[in-house]
Amino acid sequence: MALDDKLGVKDRTFKIVGTRPNRPDGIDKVTGRARFGADMNAPGMLTGHVLRSPHPHARIRAIDTSKAEALPGVKAVITAKDFGHVPDDMADVLDHCLAGDKVLYDGHGVAAIAAVSPAVAKQALKLIDVDYEVLPHVTDVDAAMKPDAPVIREAGGDETVPDGMSKNAMHRFEFGHGDPETGFGEADLVIERSFRTEAAHQGYIEPNACLATLAPDGQAELWCCTQGHYAVRDMCAAILGLDKGMLRVTASEIGGGFGGKTTVFIEPIALMLSKKTGRPVKMVMTRDEVFRASGPTASTSSDVKIGMTKDGTITGAFAEFRYQGGAYPGSPVEFGAMACFAPYDLKHVKTVGWDVVTNRPKQAAYRAPGAPMAAFATESVIDELCQKLGLDPVETRLKNAASEGTKSAYGPTFPQIGVKATLEAAKAHPHYAAPLGPNQGRGVATGFWFNFGGNTCVSLNVNADGTVSLTEGNPDIGGSRASMTMMAAEELGIPYDRIRTVIADTGSLGLNDVTDGSRVTFAVGLSTIKAARDAIRVMCERAAMVWGIDPDAVEWEDGHAKPAGPNAGQFPPMSLAEIAAQASNTGGPIAGHHEVNAEGAGVSFATHLVDSEVDPETGAVKTLRYTVFQDAGKAVHPSYVEGQFQGGAVQGIGWALNEEYIYGEDGKLQNAGFLDYRVPVASDLPMIDTVILEIPNPGHPYGVRGVGETSIVPPLAAIANSVSNAAGVRLTDIPMSPPKVLEAIDAAG
Amino acid sequence: MSQIHVSTTINGDATEFLCEPDETLLDALRDRLGLTGSKEGCGTGDCGACSVTVNGRLVCSCLMLAAEAEDAEVTTIEGMAEGEALHPLQRKFIEHAALQCGICTPGILVAAKALLEQNPAPTETEARYWLAGNLCRCTGYDKIIRAVMDAAAEMRGEMRRAS
Repeated sequence: MALDDKLGVKDRTFKIVGTRPNRPDGIDKVTGRARFGADMNAPGMLTGHVLRSPHPHARIRAIDTSKAEALPGVKAVITAKDFGHVPDDMADVLDHCLAGDKVLYDGHGVAAIAAVSPAVAKQALKLIDVDYEVLPHVTDVDAAMKPDAPVIREAGGDETVPDGMSKNAMHRFEFGHGDPETGFGEADLVIERSFRTEAAHQGYIEPNACLATLAPDGQAELWCCTQGHYAVRDMCAAILGLDKGMLRVTASEIGGGFGGKTTVFIEPIALMLSKKTGRPVKMVMTRDEVFRASGPTASTSSDVKIGMTKDGTITGAFAEFRYQGGAYPGSPVEFGAMACFAPYDLKHVKTVGWDVVTNRPKQAAYRAPGAPMAAFATESVIDELCQKLGLDPVETRLKNAASEGTKSAYGPTFPQIGVKATLEAAKAHPHYAAPLGPNQGRGVATGFWFNFGGNTCVSLNVNADGTVSLTEGNPDIGGSRASMTMMAAEELGIPYDRIRTVIADTGSLGLNDVTDGSRVTFAVGLSTIKAARDAIRVMCERAAMVWGIDPDAVEWEDGHAKPAGPNAGQFPPMSLAEIAAQASNTGGPIAGHHEVNAEGAGVSFATHLVDSEVDPETGAVKTLRYTVFQDAGKAVHPSYVEGQFQGGAVQGIGWALNEEYIYGEDGKLQNAGFLDYRVPVASDLPMIDTVILEIPNPGHPYGVRGVGETSIVPPLAAIANSVSNAAGVRLTDIPMSPPKVLEAIDAAG
Repeated sequence: MSQIHVSTTINGDATEFLCEPDETLLDALRDRLGLTGSKEGCGTGDCGACSVTVNGRLVCSCLMLAAEAEDAEVTTIEGMAEGEALHPLQRKFIEHAALQCGICTPGILVAAKALLEQNPAPTETEARYWLAGNLCRCTGYDKIIRAVMDAAAEMRGEMRRAS
């Protein structure tokens, strides 16, 4: 069903949307031809490298760069001072790239070098003399909130933070309605638990890379791997005092992002080094740098209290979340606190959140930022209530599920939503009834994500031979060229392979917000459809001109203009190609475009089922079977929708079982590499089954909802629930690595 | 340090280059020969994005010195298709949507080809363990494994027809 009744059809049948064509960039990507961030070079280019702090917290007394500058082959050495004053809203962004007065975490950039070769640069980095006054540090969120904790930012928190708190508490807030205490009084059982999650890194396989040229006239070129080249342009322009229109940023193919490539780490440095040297400067982060100095997600600590009646009604819910987001304010705690109870229709619900700073790198968005950790805590307590009251965890969630008209825990009233559909599908699936063996347990959890729309700009040009060039401004991070091409083909009524979609640079198309918030298939898709309609309007006018009839008397069907009815005149339908071929004689080139700050991104829900086996001797957990049930609104290219479901689930499996930032007593990151920071590998996993549900989003012409993020919200809780069922003991600490599972089993006796 | 002259064969072509004594094969491929299909994801042999074969053996090119390629037969992702014809693995990766971002794809294809040369009929478990040295962060491996198994089946069929 489509929601678009433009053509007078409520039950639109799609010809292309919902099929599985090959992606247009497929051949480039299987032959090695696709150019990613580090694959671009320029004549005369230099290589840029960053000196990073060995201390988690220290005052910089002085930096002596003279010996490095004197080394043959070194062309420039810079520090934060070279940037001068930057706008207030960019101060933290620059400080995270290159430290100001203090280094705030192990790996914090201190100075940067441009040199003729990596070997020279490496030698030069050792010649920079930094005089540090080492300060006490704190990397744990609960320790950082203690009144006597080392202070990271002297200014302290905002007015929401009560007196007497540590200055590391930056912000406090509440959401909810009703009175949880009243709700607990109505419950037959109230359970209160505390939880912890460690930070996970987005773990994109492509390290951040860029190539920058900044000329003396202020014109600049930047090539980089990013989720949002317009955002990179705006941040770099502000930091370097450039005009936005003079800085042209081109997004390379992007080797994964997951939220981590939504800001800048090296791009302003490369531009400044290019300015100083008058030469192009290429910078590529090492994997060690990616772990130590680009954003992981927050680590968290939380307390959850939920009351339930014997028949499974949740009577009251309360949760308090403490998220550290590194040495700068802005952890995703609000998203977590807003998202965790969203699947349910609750009379009494309250969440409290704290944004805390520690001596860690500034967190960056990671797929549904903040939500997986909060859902882990709340969905674990709901599961335990079901266990203790002898209730079915899917039935109980269904009993409490939100639906159209529910006032959500975070405020808005829901329109048509799919949470019940995901639970019904899980209940009916063979996975839910399959037998389990010894030491095996099944877990279920439900998750929510808001989804986003945002600024979007799309152009569609009709070429004289009847082919179409579609221009959009969001990097293709997982098959979006295919989805856009499909939606344009659907709307225009021409074959998929007659359209080529390109990602424009910032000089060729207006503002497009970052590829985040699961926004691209929704917002860029919506704009593509509307740009196609704009071109169709023009083509109908051209046909009307040829036929000598009123443009209103022409309609578009199956790739052809035709008279709208018998009164309009008798003319054979004119194809897109025929209209395009005459364009020069009917008014010039034919194009359509659409610009919007899109609203109406439909929220998304998912329910995950997982079977785990726990080895009681070692505490190791094996994921045996996994099924994702998620609402996609309308799946444009089902293979890539499934891919988003599977990828999110597996990132969640890694976070739940293996991945963690390990800081030593010395405040240094101990596992800054893929050997010790272990992301899931093929042999860890089963196939990930998927069930796509399609509850249309009223805000999109085809009913599309974003699907990229929701899939990582339930796994932490679903796996914890399965492990708890398998091991007979509740796991409250993520990751559930073998030592922790073994300890929990031993403690339970 | 003076540079070392290396004579080698890459994707069937006789090739010469100069490299530093401590330069990796990956850096030589990418920075001296313009073969940027092999990717550096870690530089420590943990991610497999730089996978190539040297004398038929699957290696991480970030862990091998360029100078060690003297007289060797090196095959990279750029040598996988034959002219216009994609290798069945390449075709199946596209058909199965076995890539999202595509950064790990060259390394996984090179590794999967090496698997099928040794074992034309791997079980799913064998394929998963063979590819355990190649990290993919996007797909959860599901569609990658399906593509490899499907390509293997097709190649076995082709071989039967050929014989």
